[in-house]
Amino acid sequence: MNGNADLQAIYVLWLRQMKRFIRARSRLIANIVQPFFFLTVFGFGFSSFRFGLDLNYMDFLAPGMITMSVVFSSIFAGVSVIWDRQFGFLKEVLVAPVSRLTIAFGQTLGGSTIAVAQGLIVLGISLLLGVKVNPLGILPALAFMALTAFSSASLGLTIASRLEDFHGFQLIMNLLIMPLIFLSSAFFPIQSAPAWMKTVMLLNPLTYAVDGLRGWLIGASAIPIYVDLAALATLSLTLTTISAIAFSRCEV
Amino acid sequence: MPAIEAWDLTKVYNGSLVAVDHISMSVGEGEIFGFLGPNGAGKTTTIKLLSTLLKPTSGHARVAGYDVVREPDRVRRSIGIVFQDPALDDQLTGRENLDFHARIYGLSRGERDRRIREVLELVGLEGEAGQLVKNYSGGMRRRLEIARGLMHYPRVLFLDEPTLGLDVQTRRAIWDYILKLNRDEGITILLTTHYMEEAEYLSDRIAIIDHGRIIVVDSPGNLRNTVGNDVITVGCGSCERLRLRLEGIDWVRKVILHDDTLEVYVREGEDKIPVIVRIAEEEDVDVTSISLRKPSLEDVYLHYTGSTIRGDGAGSSGEVKPMAGRWLRR
Repeated sequence: MNGNADLQAIYVLWLRQMKRFIRARSRLIANIVQPFFFLTVFGFGFSSFRFGLDLNYMDFLAPGMITMSVVFSSIFAGVSVIWDRQFGFLKEVLVAPVSRLTIAFGQTLGGSTIAVAQGLIVLGISLLLGVKVNPLGILPALAFMALTAFSSASLGLTIASRLEDFHGFQLIMNLLIMPLIFLSSAFFPIQSAPAWMKTVMLLNPLTYAVDGLRGWLIGASAIPIYVDLAALATLSLTLTTISAIAFSRCEV
Repeated sequence: MPAIEAWDLTKVYNGSLVAVDHISMSVGEGEIFGFLGPNGAGKTTTIKLLSTLLKPTSGHARVAGYDVVREPDRVRRSIGIVFQDPALDDQLTGRENLDFHARIYGLSRGERDRRIREVLELVGLEGEAGQLVKNYSGGMRRRLEIARGLMHYPRVLFLDEPTLGLDVQTRRAIWDYILKLNRDEGITILLTTHYMEEAEYLSDRIAIIDHGRIIVVDSPGNLRNTVGNDVITVGCGSCERLRLRLEGIDWVRKVILHDDTLEVYVREGEDKIPVIVRIAEEEDVDVTSISLRKPSLEDVYLHYTGSTIRGDGAGSSGEVKPMAGRWLRR
């Protein structure tokens, strides 16, 4: 395997996603409107609730909405391989003299970059809405967003390797991703949930993504940040490996 | 060394559907080799096997000297493919699609720019290269795909139904590109088609393929000769006299009399026309018109795929079965 050629292939797969992202404005807008909507409606609507925390609800909600936006965007980027299969472009990629592993990595990297960019946009919206963010926490928060994005993009790619078309994708979004978001402490703190739900939330990997981000940005994590980081890194590594295996097995 | 070789190449889907059935073939360097067969005959699957997109169930194949199973990366580096269905990113411009290809095939920066210019010129898309592919017509997309398939100097180019669904002018233009490529760049080309005239116009040799098997391989001319007689149609004044005379000649296979025309079945008809005219003069028969019809590849095709039907036990008469039913069935 030629290292330089692999880098070139990863770069061009990444570049393609950037170009498509910049050109598909509707997708960008759709992915920003939803968190913006949630932030304003829930942020202002629940502004007098405290959930037993010494926090403004809007401040509490912002990291959750950033994570949600990152997760949606990167899963979608991973799943877009289904699109490539339907429109034939996947064949062009698979018949190229590069390994499947390289292709999977380039694809995931591109999707993650877009997702982190969207997360940053939602962060910007939060700032405009008056969320008080710790400036020193932004850089480590970026790392959390990147890990979250890499995990979700890998999950998306795994789904895409197994699905022929988009019919199954809606089902997976509704039955898997939405419950994971709702039970990730994005909307309410773990502390205020009943014991059984707390257990479920602690088993949900997204909880660690949201909690870690909240720790860095707002300074209010419920779980020690190194635990968040360890959980998220493990998840990321596991899902990347699974997606590489699944993708190398898919046929056109 | 042949550019493409296959020995008993076989692909079985899901353990039962035999798409490619013990295909053995050899295509020489610089040859244009045509796969002619109905939809579902196994043409595309064979291309997928030879281009490493699918793994054969059994058998071997070498492309550009490399084994398709053991050296897939080397095979991929040596081949270009134009797929049956478009495989372009229509959110990118024509040039960006080519640039993507050049980079993923590891061309250096200088090579990339030069080669993009060259292939765009070859297919006449220099002016449109900056536009998004979604604004391209079907013919422009095909030409872009052919250009892309050539970027990395492939030794073998696979063209899977290169003109499917294109209008007549575009088809003719693409045929000319294909011949030019073969001539100028010396590329070996394997193309599949179910258009008779396409196979005939382009191919040095044609393999008629049906039910995943190669039924016959030969040059278009030889294929025509093995099957049919040429038909000379003579318009004449007193045909009956001419018919009697012609029926006695050994190289005349059959004569059919219509009202004022004779159909004469012979081999190498172009040589026989002057002879027939001379005989008519000897017999004092007025010849008002004369025409020659060579058997078409379609006749050949019917002959061979038709004999497969008989082989299957579906018919026993000597007549060739009409094709319509077979095409519908697929």
